[in-house]
Amino acid sequence: MKTAFPVLVVLAAIVALWYAAVAPMNIRTALDQAERAGAAVEPAGARERLEVSVWRLMIDNPDHVSEGYALDRPRLPTPVQVGEELWKTTGEMVLKGRAMSKRSLIYHASITLQSTLWGFLLGTTLGILGAVAIVHSRVMDMSVMPWAIISQTIPIVALAPMIIVLSAQLGIEGRGVPKAIISAYLCYFPVLVGMVKGLRAPTASQLDLLRTYNASQRETFFKLRLPASLPYLFTSLKIGIASALVGTIVGELPTGAISGLGARILIGDQFGTPLAIWAALLAAAILAGVLVTLLDILQRVTLKRMGMPT
Amino acid sequence: METDSVRPSGAGTSQRSPVIEARKLDLTFQTNDGAVQALRDVNLTINKGDFVSFIGPSGCGKTTFLRVVAALEHPTGGQITVNGMSPDEARRKRAYGYVFQAAGLYPWRTIAKNIKLPLEIMGYSRAQQDEQVARVLKLVDLEGFGAKYPWQLSGGMQQRASIARALAFDAEILLMDEPFGALDEIVRDHLNEQLLALWDRTGKTIGFVTHSIPEAVYLSTKIVVMSPRPGRITDVIESTLPRERPLDIRDTPEFLAIAHRVREGLRAGHAYDD
Repeated sequence: MKTAFPVLVVLAAIVALWYAAVAPMNIRTALDQAERAGAAVEPAGARERLEVSVWRLMIDNPDHVSEGYALDRPRLPTPVQVGEELWKTTGEMVLKGRAMSKRSLIYHASITLQSTLWGFLLGTTLGILGAVAIVHSRVMDMSVMPWAIISQTIPIVALAPMIIVLSAQLGIEGRGVPKAIISAYLCYFPVLVGMVKGLRAPTASQLDLLRTYNASQRETFFKLRLPASLPYLFTSLKIGIASALVGTIVGELPTGAISGLGARILIGDQFGTPLAIWAALLAAAILAGVLVTLLDILQRVTLKRMGMPT
Repeated sequence: METDSVRPSGAGTSQRSPVIEARKLDLTFQTNDGAVQALRDVNLTINKGDFVSFIGPSGCGKTTFLRVVAALEHPTGGQITVNGMSPDEARRKRAYGYVFQAAGLYPWRTIAKNIKLPLEIMGYSRAQQDEQVARVLKLVDLEGFGAKYPWQLSGGMQQRASIARALAFDAEILLMDEPFGALDEIVRDHLNEQLLALWDRTGKTIGFVTHSIPEAVYLSTKIVVMSPRPGRITDVIESTLPRERPLDIRDTPEFLAIAHRVREGLRAGHAYDD
């Protein structure tokens, strides 16, 4: 319980910073609204106010600052507003028995999760197979590794539309497959790098020991390299699944998708409902947190069963 | 001292047949800085049941020689036979167990499972594996520790477990590369005593690399003094000490005389000049 205190302090600091930021972010919208309602605002006129800094506006209109915390379409909503929006689109929908309605974030999150998991599976498989090949073959090391690194320097937002166009050309229906490919594209790299490091973790003397037993390459792999790589694998998987989620959301953004958390963010942007964006963002963060935590538990259980001190 | 009733004692077998024979052995490593002669003109015969120590400063080729015997390195000149075969053939016949400086136990395997590692690879049946594990754990005084994980054991116990692993498949030759180098003096003394007892009980031929003069003199029937650049043998000392060696033998004039000769040998090779 000793760790609870610092955790809470950090959380409180983030929330406090968030609340403090709401006032300057929303002051213009609050003043516009107050002016329309007939209140006296200094200076008058939205256009005139654009010439004045938010700090000045807050000092000159102290009575209207608090209105920034209760706007319908705030530029920056308060944590409570985001929480309410999130509840309205998740828990409340469940209570109404409409968890899978198109207005429910649970529905959108499940769409995103599906692509994320497919992408994760694909990316992890490619990453592990690539690492095995690289560790066992110098030629693969020299020919594949540079491309793997180069692949990560291409911005995914530039690549995502191309992947979608390409898969449409190939006659692939729906957005699930291209989204999973984009997700896998982001996810395989940390797995590849981590597994290469893990499979190379055994020391020279551990490898020599197996040579004195006349062990085959296969035995060396299964008895030494693979178990030695597991701690590295789990670390990479945790990074990988977060990347896979980001990849899926990015894949949903530029493609005009109508379902998925990325689509919610896009729609929220187009319809000027920042609350929807924030709720979708928070939902994505929670989803990532849950996925990483699940992998962390899997890691602990596995390493514990292997007898390794964690 | 208890005797191992199953295996014949090495002390009794008097036929002193050569086990390892090196003739004019050369080994040159090609490095980025040019060729390094790790071994030059090494001639050595190790007989069955010998306890041979290799002593000398870093770079004298003592570890390299052991690795050549184990077919982990291949000589660039001369001949070497192990049990009359090439080192590679001897390896396939499981002629030797190798103990490295680091115990190198797999952290994800229990002590018993670590000892089973070579047995699994060599295709022993489960029953045979269990039998061998029980036998070697007893040999190294680790009975009851089979189910523990390496991190639950002290450094000395880990090294004993790694010796047990090397003994598990009944190799006649035990090659040990500074096995106690990382341990403190007291643990080291204790392990040296145990190793002598184990050698006496099993009759193995042991090749032992060390930095320590007292360790070499205390353990060996034959001490090979080496010197670097190029790695070569400067002296081979047949020990006159009895097989039965309590720790305080190290204070006897005979012991000190041998230690003196080792030191002279090291000096003659200009081993510690730089």
